[in-house]
Amino acid sequence: MLRQNKYFFPALGVLLIVVLIAGIAFGAVPISVADMYNALLHLFQGKPAGNIYEGVFIQLRLPRVLLCAITGSILAVSGVLMQGLFRNPIVEPGLVGTSSGAALGASIVFVMAPAFSPAMKSFTGPWLLPLAAFCGALLASFIVYSLAKNARRVSVLSLLLIGIAINAVCLSGTGFMSYIARDPQARSITFWNLGTFSGASWQQVFIVGAIAVIGFIISFRYSKQLNALLLGEEEALYLGVDPDRLKKRIMLLNTAMVAVATAFVGVIAFMGLIVPHVLRLLIGSDNKRLLPAAMLLGAALLTLADMCARLLLAPAELPIGIITSIVGAPVFIILLKRFDLMQNKGGEHA
Amino acid sequence: MLSTRNIYYRIGKKLILKGINADFLPGKFNMILGPNGSGKSSFLKIFSGDLNRYDGNISYAGTPLEQISKEKLACYRAVMSQLPELSFPLLVEEVVMMGRYPHFHFQPNKKDHEVCHAVMERMNLLDFRTRNYLTLSGGEKQRVQFARVLAQIWEKPADGFRYLFLDEPLTSLDINYQQEFLQIASSFCDAHTVIIAVIHDINLAIQYADQLFFMKAGELVAQGSPDTLINENLISKVFDVSTSIMRNPLTGKPLVLFANS
Repeated sequence: MLRQNKYFFPALGVLLIVVLIAGIAFGAVPISVADMYNALLHLFQGKPAGNIYEGVFIQLRLPRVLLCAITGSILAVSGVLMQGLFRNPIVEPGLVGTSSGAALGASIVFVMAPAFSPAMKSFTGPWLLPLAAFCGALLASFIVYSLAKNARRVSVLSLLLIGIAINAVCLSGTGFMSYIARDPQARSITFWNLGTFSGASWQQVFIVGAIAVIGFIISFRYSKQLNALLLGEEEALYLGVDPDRLKKRIMLLNTAMVAVATAFVGVIAFMGLIVPHVLRLLIGSDNKRLLPAAMLLGAALLTLADMCARLLLAPAELPIGIITSIVGAPVFIILLKRFDLMQNKGGEHA
Repeated sequence: MLSTRNIYYRIGKKLILKGINADFLPGKFNMILGPNGSGKSSFLKIFSGDLNRYDGNISYAGTPLEQISKEKLACYRAVMSQLPELSFPLLVEEVVMMGRYPHFHFQPNKKDHEVCHAVMERMNLLDFRTRNYLTLSGGEKQRVQFARVLAQIWEKPADGFRYLFLDEPLTSLDINYQQEFLQIASSFCDAHTVIIAVIHDINLAIQYADQLFFMKAGELVAQGSPDTLINENLISKVFDVSTSIMRNPLTGKPLVLFANS
């Protein structure tokens, strides 16, 4: 096991940097490392881009890769947080309604707002879309949790089943919105339901990045309390942690992070399942290491997935959700089987 | 000292505890016994601070429980409950370190590491420290949990008392470890420590307890030292079984024998 290995985090960091550079370099227009260097040099000197490659790098490739990396970290960290809260390895934002609720909220505003009130859009500016996504995500997650909760416990099986139902409602809602949309981007239903980074802009990078930084700092601060919760709510209480307060705060934080990312890139499923699963095998489940590791590996893996999405059928582009689902669904099935096995053994409960 | 006054507790319409007054003194191994459903576990959860919808007063060394913050209480009150399950892999030493959580903010300091080492040494767990908790047997898990609980209150507080509560701690242990477990627990027994255990095995209780509390149907029906308290009448009344009492030739203490009632 690598859990005691001090080279683990540096190795993850190097992996992330390599993947980021590769993600920038490969694409419809290949960009050399020299172009990247010159472009950044010109940017910091305040000069315009030297050639077309530098322009593509600054205006298209860099924001896309950054947005992708930040989204990947958010989804992976969110998976770790939710799994800690429910003490179960098979929950993630795509499965319990958070992502699809966010997509529905965002798509309603994206399609309806310009038609009804152009003033509204200018009033809240770039934050309108994330705000709507947050409301949608909060509503959908709240419905799922309150329906899945019986007495004091949340049953994971009903959580997953009700998650499926709410996901279906939200997906058909976004489907309807796409159907009546005029905007060509929103017209494509794959944009919302399978995710894409093709529309990435610097403004989106800053908005999602700001939420991610705040969210990560706060969730890392709660890593000790989240560990205590692994023992159960009663034990956590005896260790001085208020489990109800902790759950509310983490849920809110988590919903905000996932909603804002989803507002711009659509639903990307299974990232919150794959990354924590791999990391738990490698370094165990101490949230103090798991959360930062999920941040790094999530960023690297989603950037890699986006690169595949661009290159596999080039010059056409695959929706990224297809790539993450192909890898994620088997992981989900493995976890589900193991969970089933654990339950049937009788002694264990989750 | 831990005092409870007029503790009433109900679930729905059912009255679980009917006005319990008890004083648990430091330096004594206090044990609570009683049949299933007598309310002993609820009582322990109430004075531990887990359940808070009760009526009555609880005070830790004179300070009312509701005036002590959960964070602060966790620094000097530890509870071993019936085997908690982990749903994720953690190392044994990581689980034991959880006991130190109330004492540090983000990173454990040298003191916390020393305490964990000392506890694991005491519990014969040093060889297990890098084992995955999920791969341990039931009895081994219980020892790890006990180590975690002891790590939480390992040092005596500068002023006041520390409190150790054990809720049926012996369930998955074999005879050898049951004895060892209670020996370790009683070695914690000193003028600065209040120990209360809920226990099922009456003869083990007699062997190790200094003060016994018998509960039945939500009431405290008898209390006293094992030597003076134990008689056929009491045991038959509390547990509804026929009993005979003799001397244990090995310990010299009362030994309770049971027959079909």
